[in-house]
Amino acid sequence: MQVQQRQMRQSPLLTSIVSVILGMLVGAVMMLVAGYNPIQAYIALFTSAFLMPYDIGETIRTITPLILTGLSVGLAFRTGLFNIGVEGQFIIGQLMSVIVALKLDLPPVVHVIVAVIAGAVGGALWAFLPGFLKATRGVHEVITTIMLNFIALYLANTLVRNWLSAGSDSTEKIPESASLRWDVLSSLFGNARIHLGLFLALAAAFVMYYLLWRTTWGFELRSVGFNPQASEYAGMSVKKNLVMSMMISGCFAGLGGATELLGTAEYLSIHGSHTGIGFDGIAVALLGANSPVGILLAASLFGILTYGGSVMQFEASVPYEVIRIVFAAIIFFVAANIVRWAGTKFRKKAVTKDA
Amino acid sequence: MNVVEMKGITKRFPGIVANDNIHLTVKEGEIHALLGENGAGKSTLMNILFGLYQPDEGEIRIKGEKVHVTGPSMAGKLGIGMVHQHFMLVDPFTVTENIILGSEPTIQGRIDREKAEREVQEISDRYGLRVDPRARIRDISVGMQQRVEILKTLYRGADILIFDEPTAVLSPQEIDELIEIMGNLVREGKTIIFITHKLKEIMRVCDSVTIIRRGKTIDTLQVKETDENRLASMMVGREVSFDVEKEQREPGETVLSIRDLRVADSRGADAVKGLDLEVRAGEIVGIAGVDGNGQTELLEAITGLRKTKSGRVRLNGKDITNLKPRSVTRSGVGHIPEDRHRRGLVLDFSIGENMVLQTYNLPPFAKGFRLQYSEIQEHAEKLVKEYDVRTPDIHTPARALSGGNQQKAVIAREVERDPDLLIAAQPTRGLDVGAIEFIHRRLIEQRDKGKAVLLMSLELDEVLKLSDRIAVIYEGKIAGWVDPSTAAEEEVGLLMAGGKSGAEVKS
Repeated sequence: MQVQQRQMRQSPLLTSIVSVILGMLVGAVMMLVAGYNPIQAYIALFTSAFLMPYDIGETIRTITPLILTGLSVGLAFRTGLFNIGVEGQFIIGQLMSVIVALKLDLPPVVHVIVAVIAGAVGGALWAFLPGFLKATRGVHEVITTIMLNFIALYLANTLVRNWLSAGSDSTEKIPESASLRWDVLSSLFGNARIHLGLFLALAAAFVMYYLLWRTTWGFELRSVGFNPQASEYAGMSVKKNLVMSMMISGCFAGLGGATELLGTAEYLSIHGSHTGIGFDGIAVALLGANSPVGILLAASLFGILTYGGSVMQFEASVPYEVIRIVFAAIIFFVAANIVRWAGTKFRKKAVTKDA
Repeated sequence: MNVVEMKGITKRFPGIVANDNIHLTVKEGEIHALLGENGAGKSTLMNILFGLYQPDEGEIRIKGEKVHVTGPSMAGKLGIGMVHQHFMLVDPFTVTENIILGSEPTIQGRIDREKAEREVQEISDRYGLRVDPRARIRDISVGMQQRVEILKTLYRGADILIFDEPTAVLSPQEIDELIEIMGNLVREGKTIIFITHKLKEIMRVCDSVTIIRRGKTIDTLQVKETDENRLASMMVGREVSFDVEKEQREPGETVLSIRDLRVADSRGADAVKGLDLEVRAGEIVGIAGVDGNGQTELLEAITGLRKTKSGRVRLNGKDITNLKPRSVTRSGVGHIPEDRHRRGLVLDFSIGENMVLQTYNLPPFAKGFRLQYSEIQEHAEKLVKEYDVRTPDIHTPARALSGGNQQKAVIAREVERDPDLLIAAQPTRGLDVGAIEFIHRRLIEQRDKGKAVLLMSLELDEVLKLSDRIAVIYEGKIAGWVDPSTAAEEEVGLLMAGGKSGAEVKS
């Protein structure tokens, strides 16, 4: 028993780094097979993500929502829940903030604050439903959150067409008073779409850390996630904590949607399918081992790959899809915990050599 | 003839040597005990014999021939069968289906059920296993499930049977039955290796015993030529006292009083049916009974984990019926739960965090909503030291500790809150002699401090040894009260089985 535990106590950082390297190797093999030069492609990828201030700004802009959706998934994981509904909560966050931005007429700073809060609250409420159903009826959150993703998508589409615009495919651009962009910041980065959402994302990472590990509420949330029965024995309310953690998770996702809308897009259009940012949050959380710092790092990597990859297709004419393969491969290696597998193999060999 | 010879077996795991040059020789037709504390290396050794692990050094001879046991199927071919502590049975399947699983007799591709049932019946009769081949596993008792496991090995032609702590899950009556069956098996020429840390059982059934301590063979002895005390000190490596020293004491005021309590089990059937019970300050009341007679439901009802249907529970005169667990805890109840993994600990939490599982939001561990880690750590350091919880540090997850140390942590936490009533459910289940001794002393200490202790245990020995009064529970009611100083084990056993009591001692 003790032996197994010792083997399990390996650094998640090592797992992540090795998985990233292996994932990129898989991508390289794919490129070779398809007749591209992987070295050239990767150089193009990483340099283009940082080439000009504009690129750096755009890379950071890509990273921002990934941090928030990653935190959303990570927090849920830490409390024993699998929130696949980040995508839907993200969309509701976008929807709520665009409604406030377009339908309310408020003074500049107040307007954007209210719009951000509306998005966060929207995400939290969207996540409340699966949490409540799980607590009271025992319905598994994976099922309900997947369904709610679709409801959120089509709800947003319907409202955009019928209420937020005059029958067109997208809303008007939001007024300046509700925008998260800040001229000083944009001008530093060559007018890239970098916005203040970055600081909200960093703050959220700190909130996750402080809440989970420094407060009595976090103690309860983690305890209930690890062992509901022991938590019940210790006098905690399992149901309340379950609903709470779903709502906080949804709040992060909604915040992600709000900042993406108020900072990056500045309007909401009809989507044929999901944005994918919510689902990428699952990958970010997994690679980041559900820790706030890990999620920041993982979101940065995926942001760089995403933005650099989209430039790479022009620079080295390697299709962007290769980068999605790299994503998938990295996640595959993390999930399969290739490091541990290799570790045990290696140890076994070492032991037999001793003998 | 020696049927099993394991010579110089060494097995290393990263960081530890689980088996260090172990020798084990088992003669044909004997019951050979493998005795050792938890983590001494018994299971590793048996897993090597059963082919689950490969030894790093040493050789194995079965019936004189040198073999390499490459896996369980190889072990099966060599005639080695293992009766696992945790049964490997498919619940919705019948006894026969479970037994033939993997080696089904067929006619033209269809399972020959009749033939299989006949064979199972035959083996069952031959060894006195009394198993119904057509019964479904989920409908039969734990004892019978175990006999199905035994039958499974016999059906596959095993003549060397490894029993891994077989009595841990059985009631006293079932243990008697098992011992009888073991006798039958040996009489028919089978050889049994009996893994255990219960000395009494070794003295009762075994011919010889090999003692293992910290991965090393200490000695192999003939049971006739030794005694419990000697075995215990060889196993633990120091003198162990079995007798609990307990002064006579006058109990004080009533602390816990239960009147006409009714509690339903998870399926809605009444598990506790109108039960009365009283525990006074300065006494240990033991609840003896066969598993499944309402003990679990009773304790859960007292501690607020389960709603009662009717009746009253009072603590120090105050009504605590159906209060929430937190309110019960805070009104002065400590609870060492039956299942420490499921209820008692959050295994992924550190020892430090587990030590404040109920009090994390009270000062000094919290200021408002902020946790005060320095206080939490200080508290944990103190408890770990005082209660001799062996852990690398207080940041180690509870999961990484041995069962005994996990239980010590639970006890430290519960006793430290200084409750008026301490409920201890199966406090020493699965623990070794050293830890049991420690825990028993702590329970007595609470009694001597004038606290009320309610002890529930399936180990009759334990109840008899510790209690001032014993309530025997049968089908959700107290079937009778027994005075442990005068009662014989048989008398309690009879009450536990639902028989009428000869001497009812209501004090």
